[in-house]
Amino acid sequence: MSDYSLKTIMNKPERLAPGHRMCAGCGATIAVRAVLRALHEGDRAVIGNATGCLEVSSYMYPYTAWEDSYIHNAFENAGATLSGVETAYKVLKKKGRIPKEETFKFITFGGDGGTYDIGFQSLSGAMERNHDMVYVCYDNGAYMNTGIQRSSATPMYADTTTTPVGKKSAGKMQNRKDLSSIIADHDVPYVAQTTLTSNFEDVHRKAEKAIYTEGASFLNIMTPCPRGWRYETPEIMKICKLAVETCYWPLFEVDHGKWILSYEPKKKLPIEEFLRVQGRFKHLFKKGNEDLIAQFQAEVDRRWEDLLYKCARG
Amino acid sequence: MAIKERMSGNEAVAYAIRQVNPDVMPAFPITPSTEIPQMVSTYIANGEIDTEFIPVESEHSAMSATIGAEAAGARSLTATSSAGLALMWEELLLAASNRMPLVLALVNRTLSGPININCDHSDGMGARDTGWIQIYAENNQEAYDNFIQAYPIAEQENVHLPVMVCQDGFITSHAVENIMLLEDSDVKDFVGEYCPEEYLLNPGKPVAVGPYSVSNYAMEAKKNQEIALENAKEVILEVAKRFKDISGREYGLFEEYKTKDADYIMLIMGSAAGTAKQAVDDLREKGWKVGVLKLRVFRPFPAAEIAEALKGCKAVAVMDRCESYNGNGGPLGSEVLAGLFRHKVMIETVNYIYGLAGRDFTVSDVCHIFSELDSLVTKGKEVEQYQYIRLREQEAADE
Repeated sequence: MSDYSLKTIMNKPERLAPGHRMCAGCGATIAVRAVLRALHEGDRAVIGNATGCLEVSSYMYPYTAWEDSYIHNAFENAGATLSGVETAYKVLKKKGRIPKEETFKFITFGGDGGTYDIGFQSLSGAMERNHDMVYVCYDNGAYMNTGIQRSSATPMYADTTTTPVGKKSAGKMQNRKDLSSIIADHDVPYVAQTTLTSNFEDVHRKAEKAIYTEGASFLNIMTPCPRGWRYETPEIMKICKLAVETCYWPLFEVDHGKWILSYEPKKKLPIEEFLRVQGRFKHLFKKGNEDLIAQFQAEVDRRWEDLLYKCARG
Repeated sequence: MAIKERMSGNEAVAYAIRQVNPDVMPAFPITPSTEIPQMVSTYIANGEIDTEFIPVESEHSAMSATIGAEAAGARSLTATSSAGLALMWEELLLAASNRMPLVLALVNRTLSGPININCDHSDGMGARDTGWIQIYAENNQEAYDNFIQAYPIAEQENVHLPVMVCQDGFITSHAVENIMLLEDSDVKDFVGEYCPEEYLLNPGKPVAVGPYSVSNYAMEAKKNQEIALENAKEVILEVAKRFKDISGREYGLFEEYKTKDADYIMLIMGSAAGTAKQAVDDLREKGWKVGVLKLRVFRPFPAAEIAEALKGCKAVAVMDRCESYNGNGGPLGSEVLAGLFRHKVMIETVNYIYGLAGRDFTVSDVCHIFSELDSLVTKGKEVEQYQYIRLREQEAADE
């Protein structure tokens, strides 16, 4: 697949059927469908899934929205579970119990709770062992399934139910963990950060590369959550665009150790553009909180400079 | 032709694994079970088996990957002890509820704290309500034999449950004893090919595993698990019968050692049953009518069969190598007594806690217990119904 034109790719059969129970305006299912579109026709897949919104909404007994084989085990072990599935494939192929001409690919999905936090060890283990699988994090920056509690992926100053804004609180006090870099430091063959861009080319291309690169791959996809970020559901594509144009969520890949910037905005927008459209940052625009926005901007700038340096180095 | 050898319990289980040649083994080392994955890794390194070993980063991931591999259609197993099993606990429940016929070689070791590496049954007992079949061994021979019988039990269509094959840490796992091994081909034929009905890697027949289930469905899933565990009792006996045909060795849900005419019976599990049998032999020479009921299958719990076996005696010592911190007795104490009551077998019972964290348990301890049962029955002596033996204070008082 090298034709990433929207027209061609949108004609591929859907592998996540409609009828699941995810919210309108949710980024996660858009990301899942995009990733699955990258599978070559004829190739089969086993989908893994950490506990979270996606799991409880897509496979509610006795109905499943998944066209491929699917396994949900628990919250913190999607990496380990799929590493068992992938190893089984290796041995069953070796022993001739799966026909030679059959190809299976292994893709697991987890939210930032199941990936950055409770499932971090399991993910790290699976990546370090270099199983031939893709771990896809749909990062919506909080524990949305349990009701918008902060995670280590939550940006600083976000209003969440465990970092509520109040008289003595401006929201989350810490910066977000840079998981894409951490996984890149595992020296896995392929790591990429992406989101839902207007033509979806970035996510489709990276998903295909992740799926068809031998060994472990990690895709970190920013997927806005209308409940947690507090935006009007049709705004999702605009928010994704602003995340990229402000360099809050840069698009890049690390291909066999080589850092490559996928997109550089012609004119980097100020971070307010991204923050203003989300209810979770409303308090930052109150009079007297200008320094908080300045701090947020400084952190975005620092990380962006760091990324440019890595990419310039190659 | 049987092969006469000398082996430790860990060697015996690793040897059985080699003969079964399972597909996938994820494991994380923990004393005293560490040797099992080490030995399997060596078999793999030497090309003796084509099992894939996954060196996972924790026991939670070990059981998670075992479940993944089993769901994918591979015959899978892991091994662990103590804290390793405790860390797996959530996944033990998932292995059973997802009806995965996988096997875990458990080398029993106490749970922390204080941290201690020696034997008791607190790890296995802590997992007693996770829906697994649990089979305990007295010695290396039984550990070997039980492992070979594990997959045929687990994979039986009306069971489809995971099996924990348990042996006592160090006492069995590390002590070298004589053993009779089976020929590779006999084991291969006995265990057979693994032909799962539904699995993730079945081309063209996708399945979904691990659903969210609303209250309208979840309760039936749990009841079906319970039915499967009940079915396991019959299957365990059928598999044992088949095993006798190839090995000559006989197994049941429990072993009755000189119990038929016994006034007093000790109900015990694991390696200490050997000690109890020695004491029974010694006491029988002196004219005592005593016996041992050695429990082999703890899950499913054979309550009716135990009640039937004990109904003719005057008193039973129920031996727990585990505290259950309920203020009322150990796990066997609770379950055996409930079983006796339900089946209206109203004999005297005393629940003893022994051998925690590797504390010695000797022939003289067993003799002391039988003599206490005798005082209770013949002299009406008041005996604590739930007591520890061999505490330091007692030993000091005895000296």
